[in-house]
Amino acid sequence: MWKAESDSGALIAAQIQRIYQHESRRVLATLIRLLGDFELAEEALQEAFSAALKQWPNDGIPDNPRAWLVSAGRFKAIDQIRRNQRFAHLMQEFAPSSEPDYEEDYTEQPDIEDDRLRLIFTCCHPALSIEAQLALTLREICDLSTDEIARAFLTSSVTLAQRIVRAKNKIRDAKIPYVVPGEQDLPERLESVLHVIYLVFNEGYSATTGDDLIRQDLCSEAIRLGHLLRQLLPDGEVSGLLALMLLQDARRMTRHNAEGDLIQLEFQDRRQWDHAQIRQGLMLVQEAMLAGEIGSFALQAAIAAQHALAIRFADTDWQRIVQLYDLLRQASPTPVVELNRAAAIAMRDGPQAGIQEMQGLENKLAQYHLFHAARADMYRRLGQLSEARQAYAQALSLTKQGPEMRFLQKCLVELEK
Amino acid sequence: MKYVCLVYYDEQIIKDMTEQQWLDLNKECKSFGDGVRGSGHCIGGNALQMTDTASTVRIRDGKLQLTDGPFAETKEQLAGFYLMEAADLDEAIKLASGIPPARLGSIEIRPIRELPV
Repeated sequence: MWKAESDSGALIAAQIQRIYQHESRRVLATLIRLLGDFELAEEALQEAFSAALKQWPNDGIPDNPRAWLVSAGRFKAIDQIRRNQRFAHLMQEFAPSSEPDYEEDYTEQPDIEDDRLRLIFTCCHPALSIEAQLALTLREICDLSTDEIARAFLTSSVTLAQRIVRAKNKIRDAKIPYVVPGEQDLPERLESVLHVIYLVFNEGYSATTGDDLIRQDLCSEAIRLGHLLRQLLPDGEVSGLLALMLLQDARRMTRHNAEGDLIQLEFQDRRQWDHAQIRQGLMLVQEAMLAGEIGSFALQAAIAAQHALAIRFADTDWQRIVQLYDLLRQASPTPVVELNRAAAIAMRDGPQAGIQEMQGLENKLAQYHLFHAARADMYRRLGQLSEARQAYAQALSLTKQGPEMRFLQKCLVELEK
Repeated sequence: MKYVCLVYYDEQIIKDMTEQQWLDLNKECKSFGDGVRGSGHCIGGNALQMTDTASTVRIRDGKLQLTDGPFAETKEQLAGFYLMEAADLDEAIKLASGIPPARLGSIEIRPIRELPV
């Protein structure tokens, strides 16, 4: 079971570090299943790696480090249960054994991959608040620290840590099961997982200043989650979401100038888009569109693909985009989809047609700044400057985001020229 | 005639208690429970876990809406209760969503708590 002892200590430490990056989430996911408790499993994971740091430099790295870590973690946890009143509720479930059983492999396929899915579905369980789902996902699946998550969501570490503790308590006390949902529930539960991943992405995507790099990391984390989910659970909407994120993220560097001001799609430098990532996104759009029933992420990705395919803004195929919005409107009939469809119609048929399409939306979107910004833009293009001015001012009064405000102020100033 | 006695308190009072005060209260509840069961008056009853563990189920337009947290709509009034046995929260949610008034109001799902005495 042991490799030759020729490696030096530092080399082994570096290898253990690599193994941690690769395996820690898998080991954690399996330990949660074996132990039935998040907190206990996390402590066990840490203990297993401390044990590895102590033993592997002498004994060498085991052939199957993952299995070794799970066995060691499980043994440490059982010891913990015996010694600690806190885990008394788990006492009956484990017959205490005195020796860790490194021969027993708890990491057989396909269980180990299912464990990762179990972890994803449990962290994104709809009985948890959406804030808790986000925090748990980033903490348990992405292994971000509570400090990092708190900074990314512009909240305090204390609040965030409490949110995570409360969520774990609810999982334990209300008995949220650690399972991959059955066929009947899967579509709805998957939808809530995809929703969480897209929220993580958007939280990063809407970060606009260069100094909060941690927020932009959220985009990479979300994309990583998308890849992981696609590998574990191939599905059209999973590919669709991943494609959408890749295509949007490919434009990220061109969305702001050095001062952090917004640059609209029309004025972005398309040569600077990440074209390798766009190719990957386009492939996944195709995969999503061929996957049977076409869902709303696949359609949003197909729309993003149309923008990515246009070499210049003037080359955009607005006819095709309107058709895709027609389909999206059926799959996901929300006022924001209607608004975006109206904006696409304005590009195809002119601003008057866009304004007509938007008439029915006034009531539902009165508080949404982008509704007024879109209206303002159409009036501006029609030369109806006083209507444009009023709509820009209304948009400005409804947003608190610095870059958005600066953009709207600039539009107002330009109207006066 | 049968009556249901619903117990309300500010959870903060409990959270501020010492371990001993909490155990004493539980002991008192246990012995009260034994008394009223012994006299044949009490047919059943349980302590509940804190509202932190609650989930609320509603059916609107035929679709299940699930939210974290307790029922909090002051304009709705308590109308009944079911004591259900379920394997886990997912099964409890399925059962709760079948309760007909889930279409009209809200069903709060709260796990039972065993008295620590």
